[in-house]
Amino acid sequence: MSTTQQPVIKCSSLYKIFGDNTQQVIQKNDGKIDVTELREAGCVVGVNDASFEVYEGEMLVVMGLSGSGKSTLLRCISRLTDTTAGEIFINGDNILEMSAKELIELRRNKMGMVFQSFALLPHKTVLENISFPLQIKGHSTKDAMQRAMDMIKLVDLTGRENYYPRQLSGGQQQRVGIARSLAVEPDIWFLDEPFSALDPLIRKEMQDEFLRLQAALHKTILFVTHDFDEALRLADRIAIMKDGVIEQIDTPANIVLNPATEYVRKFTADVPREKVLKIESVMEEIGNLTEADLSDFQVPCDAIIETVAEKVLSESKPVAVVDQQNNIVGVLNCHTVIHMLFGENQVANA
Amino acid sequence: MNYIDSLKQRPKLLQFVALLIVFFLLMQMTGDYHSLIVERDSFAKAVASGEIEASVGFTEALGMLASGQLPPQLIRIPELSFYNLSASLSSTSLLIVLAVFAGMSYYSHQTSISKGSWVSKQYRHLFTNSLTALLTGLLIMPTLFNWLFGAATMTTFWEIPRLINELAENLMYNWFPVEIYDPEIEDYEDSALIKELTRSFSRSLLFLIELVREILVGGVKTIVAFTSWDWLEENKWAYWPALPWTVVASGTFLLGYKLKGLGLSLFAGLTTIYIAAFGQWEPAMETLSLVLIAAPVSVILGMLWGVLAFKSTKIEKTLMPLLNIAQTMPHFSYLVPVVVFFGIGDHAGAIATVIFATPPMIRLTLLGLKKVSPEVIEAGMMNGCNSRQLLFKVLVPTARRDMLLGVNQVIMQCLAMSVIASYIGAKGLGFNLLLALNQLRIGQALELGVCIVLIAVVLDKLSLAWADRQMDYFSNLNFYERYRYSILFAAVLLLGSLLAYIGSFLFQDGINYFYLIPHNKGMTTEPFWQAGVDWIIDSWFYSLKSFNEVLIINILIPMKTAYLSMPVIATFTLFMGVGYIVGGARSAIIVGAFLLFIALTQWWDRALITMYMVTFGVIVSVIIGTLVGTICVQNKAATNFILLVCDTFQTFPSFIYLIPVIMLFGITDTSVLIAVIIYATIPATRYTVEGLRNIPPSLIEAGLMSGANRIQRLINIEFPLAFPHIMLGINQTVIFALFMVIIGAMIGTDDLGQFILKALSDKQGIGNGLMLGLCVAFIGLAVDHIINTWAKKRKQTLGIE
Repeated sequence: MSTTQQPVIKCSSLYKIFGDNTQQVIQKNDGKIDVTELREAGCVVGVNDASFEVYEGEMLVVMGLSGSGKSTLLRCISRLTDTTAGEIFINGDNILEMSAKELIELRRNKMGMVFQSFALLPHKTVLENISFPLQIKGHSTKDAMQRAMDMIKLVDLTGRENYYPRQLSGGQQQRVGIARSLAVEPDIWFLDEPFSALDPLIRKEMQDEFLRLQAALHKTILFVTHDFDEALRLADRIAIMKDGVIEQIDTPANIVLNPATEYVRKFTADVPREKVLKIESVMEEIGNLTEADLSDFQVPCDAIIETVAEKVLSESKPVAVVDQQNNIVGVLNCHTVIHMLFGENQVANA
Repeated sequence: MNYIDSLKQRPKLLQFVALLIVFFLLMQMTGDYHSLIVERDSFAKAVASGEIEASVGFTEALGMLASGQLPPQLIRIPELSFYNLSASLSSTSLLIVLAVFAGMSYYSHQTSISKGSWVSKQYRHLFTNSLTALLTGLLIMPTLFNWLFGAATMTTFWEIPRLINELAENLMYNWFPVEIYDPEIEDYEDSALIKELTRSFSRSLLFLIELVREILVGGVKTIVAFTSWDWLEENKWAYWPALPWTVVASGTFLLGYKLKGLGLSLFAGLTTIYIAAFGQWEPAMETLSLVLIAAPVSVILGMLWGVLAFKSTKIEKTLMPLLNIAQTMPHFSYLVPVVVFFGIGDHAGAIATVIFATPPMIRLTLLGLKKVSPEVIEAGMMNGCNSRQLLFKVLVPTARRDMLLGVNQVIMQCLAMSVIASYIGAKGLGFNLLLALNQLRIGQALELGVCIVLIAVVLDKLSLAWADRQMDYFSNLNFYERYRYSILFAAVLLLGSLLAYIGSFLFQDGINYFYLIPHNKGMTTEPFWQAGVDWIIDSWFYSLKSFNEVLIINILIPMKTAYLSMPVIATFTLFMGVGYIVGGARSAIIVGAFLLFIALTQWWDRALITMYMVTFGVIVSVIIGTLVGTICVQNKAATNFILLVCDTFQTFPSFIYLIPVIMLFGITDTSVLIAVIIYATIPATRYTVEGLRNIPPSLIEAGLMSGANRIQRLINIEFPLAFPHIMLGINQTVIFALFMVIIGAMIGTDDLGQFILKALSDKQGIGNGLMLGLCVAFIGLAVDHIINTWAKKRKQTLGIE
């Protein structure tokens, strides 16, 4: 993800403020937004000065507790709600300046969205729900149904195409929601707490399914959740929000290792590091060790610690860490792993 | 001390007791007037001839109050209110200005926006303020002023019906003359715009109704519409033949099968056969043709306004009070304006039906749309719907369940109106039913009633099934499979026509039973019912009669007298007091305003009679309803059974209930009251069952684990929690009872309904009809306001919803 590449989604100084007298207060300040004054005037600040970029094929997870403004942020970017101030670029086009018609075109071709409560149309069958965006777009019925059948296969709902949403379990309903959002082959995929309404076991299953889909599809994703574990599991980068402010935006490993604020630290305190961190974030410099000092067993640098811990601990010598081209980039010592597995928590609690 | 403590904790109860004491004191203070105001006329005469002072001076009034008597001006408003136009003209305009200004400054004070944008922002308030100001300034304030201090004439309110009449007449005959070509005299002539508009509207509507009707029963009017009567004279062959009833019956069978399956098809088919076999074919098809036009129009209009109200809060806020009034106005009062503007006939019936059937559709459309989850709307938008697609492909289908309820309501209202519309010339089952009721032919009335109910149920089920149908996308159908039902129907049409043709040779008495069974040639069970009625009267006459007499002499007449002798001030105290206790000053003012309107018209005593009948009906209904509901809810099977019974009874148009009661009690108040009780018990029972059934199971479990037995559980847990919902049921009971009392005018009562019925036959009745309708509506709305406010607050306190 080089910075020279054009971001798919780019927000700068995004504000969303609720309240009847918002515009008056802002006008009084000559268009400048003063959050404290707005709050005093009885306005609710949904999103407060959010700026970030999402690159192609990247999954940004927006994490925050309820009322943190994460869903509002998502709805600003999809322009489901009006933005108070700031700029949003999708592939370089400012969507806040788009006409209603352009916006509809954008949504019909570029965007897909999955909702927390599934938001399926109760009067349509699974098949009709999935083909809905295609028919809205103007595809012929036959074409739309064919494509919808492909989507049904993709989300593994074959045999249920004529069921109504009320006849499906929550997990199945969300599969329909996912299939519908993917039916038009969007470039950008918005997911608003898609798995929050599901039971823990189903949630896990759906997350796996989601990772499988993303591995195959490589969409640019904005994923909203209140579940920190889910964010760690899925994200390329995580944005943690509180009271409308993005507290930290970084990779999962960096958030766990270097929480930027006290608020973020609270989330990361109880996170088992070995389940989150990759080898590369704990390995040591190779220093003056030679091949002979290292064990025959080698670990890839992007492996999660937990998955290789047992093997590493059973080796007597330090383990070599290799990158994708099989070059040795570092070493992993037993005591580092032991420290990671058992020591860290005590240190953190102490 | 314990009692005092517990009273202190219930200030509302204390207020209520105090209110009752004041009320009864006021009732007692009527003094010498008591015997006189039992009869309205004698009192009015006594005032007119000067036997009783219309009003007394301030000091004298105080003296009378001190001696335990009410001054005359506090006893009855209508006869004692005065209006002196010349004296109060200047003060009136002053009052208007003051009231508007007060309203304006109040709202300016509320919001801190600049004065420039204020007018555009507050135009709706400005409008309502000026309206209120006009009404108070012109009508109420001077009336009240003169009522207390002036000399006896009439209230301005008595003039309103006349004003409405004149306005309507002007609109209809004088306003905005346009030149219209008259083919008869082959020249242009002047005619009023509204008249021409309503006329052409009537004509096109009538054409549509005739078209549907002639498809079903045959005729020539559609052909005439395209040619002329002269042309028809020359071409005797030009006659649109009726569909043989066998074809219609098979058609409904096929339709039912296509939409739902065997069950519905059998039901629909058998209903058609029943109608034909009992010789009700022609009137039934006449009714059907009216419904088939009126119902879709109502549904479309209802959806249109519902959607508009959903999109714009301004429209919603304007529409809501209008809907409230429209839904509590009795059917009869719509008829007069319809007659004035559209004349008499099937089209007028259809228009009246549409006016009455649209409000519930609007309401349920709006309700359904509001219930659509915001995420579904967002999903629609994210799928790239434009606003039209969003409306028709997302919002409307998702809100379908409530809208179908609306369609069901529309169909019920249409058939309920079929009888009432027959007063203004709609042909069909309703007209025959009215005739049968007037001739006391119970058997025939029953058969007709069954026809109406069956048509209602079949239409309802068919429309439901139509909305629920499912599409099949992948089966490759050939031509025959795709048009299976159309082909089958064509075959049936051929077969039926053939059968009808054969029938014309088969039957010797000139009646082709395979084509159309005429009115008096079908089967009938009338002798059986007549014998039943005779038997009941033979064997039960004396017990029925004595029951009737005991009820009338010991309960109804004393109750009526008590209501009539209630001083106006006492009625106001009671209603406004209850309003205050329930919802504070705001509710008191709202209820008081409703009452004041009624008090200022000339029908205060009629309103009291209406209230007496409603009160009696509601009390009995609520007792029966809650008892039955509570007992039934103890058992699952009984619960389902009673809900089914309620559903079924609710499908019957209200006047159906009049049939059996006339049979038993003849034309008396008892008949009307029993019909009221049967009709109004339905909501009381239903809401009791629903309220008790929907109590959170965890609370019942908590009760069980605390060791409460069934009775304790009922008293301590279930009733208190279900009570707000039961109160909503009582609210419905009041509205139902009010409607039934008004409809009871058809068999003779002396309340507001009778006067509305009279206004119907009066050429100048439009003003009276509307004012009377508003009186009825305001009684309903006053009760509705009190109960709804209470239930809302109570539910909030209990944390339900």
